[in-house]
Amino acid sequence: MSAGANGGGGAKPGGFTFSPENLDKSKAIIAKYPNGYQASAVLPLLDLAQRQNGGWVSREAMQYVAELLDMAPIRVYEVGTFYTMLNLEPVGKYLVQLCRTTPCWLCGCGDIRAACEQTLGIHVGETTADGLFSLVVVECLGACVNAPVVQINDDYYEDLDANGIKAILEALKRGEAPAPGSQTGRQTSAPASGPTTLHGPGGA
Amino acid sequence: MPTLTIDGVEITVEPGSTVLQACEQAGVEIPRFCYHDRLSIAGNCRMCLVEMEKSPKPIASCAMPAGDGMVIRTDTPAVKKAREGVMEFLLINHPLDCPICDQGGECDLQDQAMTYGRFFSRFSEGKRAVKNKDVGPLIKTIMTRCIHCTRCVRFGDEIAGVEEFGAVHRGEHMEIGTYVAQAVTSELSGNMIDLCPVGALTSKPHAFVARSWELVKTETVDVLDAVGSNIRVDSRGREVIRVLPRLHEAINEEWLSDKSRFGCDGLKRRRLDRCYVRRDGKLAAAAWAAAFAAIAERIRGLAGERIAAIVGDLVDGEAMVALKDLMARLGSPHLDCRQDGAKLEAGSRAGYLFNSTIAGIEAADAILLVGTNPRWEAALVNARIRKRWRRGGLAVGVVGPQADLTYAYDYLGAGPQTLAEIAEGRHPFGAVLKAANLPMLVLGMGALARPDGAAVLARARQIAAATDMVADGWNGFNVLHLAAARVGGLDLGLVPGSGGRDVDGILAGAEAGEIEAVYLLGADEIDTVRLAKAFVIYQGHHGDAGAQCADVILPGAAYTEKNATYVNLEGRAQRARRASFPLGEAREDWRILRALSERLGHALPYDTLDQVRARMIEIAPTMQQLDHVEPAPWGGFGVAGEMSAAPFEGAVRNFYLTDPITRASETMAQCSELFVDAKGEKTGTDG
Repeated sequence: MSAGANGGGGAKPGGFTFSPENLDKSKAIIAKYPNGYQASAVLPLLDLAQRQNGGWVSREAMQYVAELLDMAPIRVYEVGTFYTMLNLEPVGKYLVQLCRTTPCWLCGCGDIRAACEQTLGIHVGETTADGLFSLVVVECLGACVNAPVVQINDDYYEDLDANGIKAILEALKRGEAPAPGSQTGRQTSAPASGPTTLHGPGGA
Repeated sequence: MPTLTIDGVEITVEPGSTVLQACEQAGVEIPRFCYHDRLSIAGNCRMCLVEMEKSPKPIASCAMPAGDGMVIRTDTPAVKKAREGVMEFLLINHPLDCPICDQGGECDLQDQAMTYGRFFSRFSEGKRAVKNKDVGPLIKTIMTRCIHCTRCVRFGDEIAGVEEFGAVHRGEHMEIGTYVAQAVTSELSGNMIDLCPVGALTSKPHAFVARSWELVKTETVDVLDAVGSNIRVDSRGREVIRVLPRLHEAINEEWLSDKSRFGCDGLKRRRLDRCYVRRDGKLAAAAWAAAFAAIAERIRGLAGERIAAIVGDLVDGEAMVALKDLMARLGSPHLDCRQDGAKLEAGSRAGYLFNSTIAGIEAADAILLVGTNPRWEAALVNARIRKRWRRGGLAVGVVGPQADLTYAYDYLGAGPQTLAEIAEGRHPFGAVLKAANLPMLVLGMGALARPDGAAVLARARQIAAATDMVADGWNGFNVLHLAAARVGGLDLGLVPGSGGRDVDGILAGAEAGEIEAVYLLGADEIDTVRLAKAFVIYQGHHGDAGAQCADVILPGAAYTEKNATYVNLEGRAQRARRASFPLGEAREDWRILRALSERLGHALPYDTLDQVRARMIEIAPTMQQLDHVEPAPWGGFGVAGEMSAAPFEGAVRNFYLTDPITRASETMAQCSELFVDAKGEKTGTDG
């Protein structure tokens, strides 16, 4: 029996534990790292906790992860507060992340924002009363070719216009699952007017 | 050994040195905030930029390993400009509230801004403000001043072993804090105040009390534990304002325990500043002459064997010599300096010293802790063990109380049973000790201050012998003392003479009426109820337990008020120096005993401090050479016998309240309430 050196802690985690299947997943994640380096699993585990916890990581969840990885809780808080993809406060079922960095802005993200606010009846930074939508503005989502872009939970909706985002939000409200990706039908980030190269064998 | 050129001077440095260390070796001062030579390298303040040949950009010298053939320039306009740029960024969010900042006058940022500051700002936007954190009664935080050097975070992780501070959020929103509001539960937390290069972490008890340049600085030693940490006492007039650590690589490095640092406000409260004599059951103030007369009246004509003396934990060598000589002249053999009843013998020095020395811990590769919680009993010894543990390859075993020691250990057992198993080679940890190159055993007072202490001591010696702990140039047998006076007392032989009684015997004798007069020299940690029948003389500086039961009180000087000799647990004699004069009519302790001896008709043969010290050295030659550890010859000690089955308990029940000074301290009372009384807050180190 030995006493761990990471004793400095606080209250015992109470409110959060992984579901059995997530516990299995977490074990698989931890097993990816060499023995003694289990702390490397902190990010995937926080993500797992966020998914189980309805889109946000509570302090209890971070403490639970700390315990699971034999880390001091503060080390997990540091990670948890550093990454913006980890939400420290409850969010709606659909987290609508609006990109506002230059390319999206040039392509009219202001209209998208107005459309979102109008459709959902909330301002940026708020959650709808039914707990369905949270609207936030983020910096570059890294899909500039398909600007303007909105990320809803894990999916990117690209090449949007005001009507497009409205339709998507309405569909989500109805409980449907609108198809992610480019809303103008182009293939990934290929030129909007169709491919200009690699037309096929022999070429054009 | 890489050789590099720094500002045109060629210098060869140890492999693994950084450019910054090389510059220091070359005598070039490099400004820095985040770099600290006892902490890991962070490289985030960027103040230490220097130019390196063939590098297009300036390099952070603290994080750049010194390489062979490097050409470093630290004095070019480009370097100055780069540092000025860094300083400008650091000052963007710094409030520049130096006039109301307690760090003012001893602030790295302030000092370096004198050289690298622009004296105006191009930043016209709003500065950010950060909420202050409540981290307990010792550290005051003004987090807007923080420049994110992360020294405090690294100190907590690396030295103190409590991972509680961290850098949360990021970018402009980055803050240093505990995230969850909580006090820093470390017994070394005060060092973060010293480490903080700005005024973000300052001393809470010291807030708005004084400017550093107003204080008189006295270099002395600490006596609130037996470590003998080197300290600097800052005083103003008669008042001790604060205590800071002083560098001593062999003892405290540059750290200090919170008790030693913050307990000093106890020097201002509950002090004895005049004599008192008990008349009709009540203590009444009296003049020295009246107090001496009251003593003389009771003592004169009393047979020696009816007089006894007990020495407390904070008493200096000079006073102990005077008491010893006085008791001898009074014909009393009943004299004891082990007021906790520890079964240590004065004869064999190796049997009561921390023989490995504190610095020696860093060489050890296996440590057996017996009946001790070093984190509370000698915080800096514990910090040394942690330092050694962090390097890897150290096996620690614990017999006795279980606590969070800030390093991993094997819990072997609770009491003497396990000790006997190890001694007889029936326990696997015995093999670990045997296999170790430099094994250590640390015996705490929790194992010695009990009726079977002598048998425990003998068992411990048996373990030391069986596992070859004592070899050429190494002695792994260590006793961890709690009291600054104890080793000095044992060196000077303040133990019962032939036919004499020990502390328990004296108390029993007082109860039975066989001892009629008891002289308490700063002795407060005894069961004073048992002294009810006896005539009690208390000499000391605080109105604690001893003074309450006394019939005559003689006011003495506290450790900051006298030039005195203390011997730390390694057997290292050190001098405390007077930072302020004793309060009121109080006097240095040996002078009181000298004056009293004359009144009793047994005048002691010394009139000056030098003469007392000559006598002291005559009794204990090891006290002659200051700041020196004389290896003690290995000898026989302990009395083999039956050990009881009772588990060893921690000797320190409350780290923050161990002596009359800390018991009088408001700050320590707050700490005790928060960290000890509020169970669960503390991580189970409560003895």
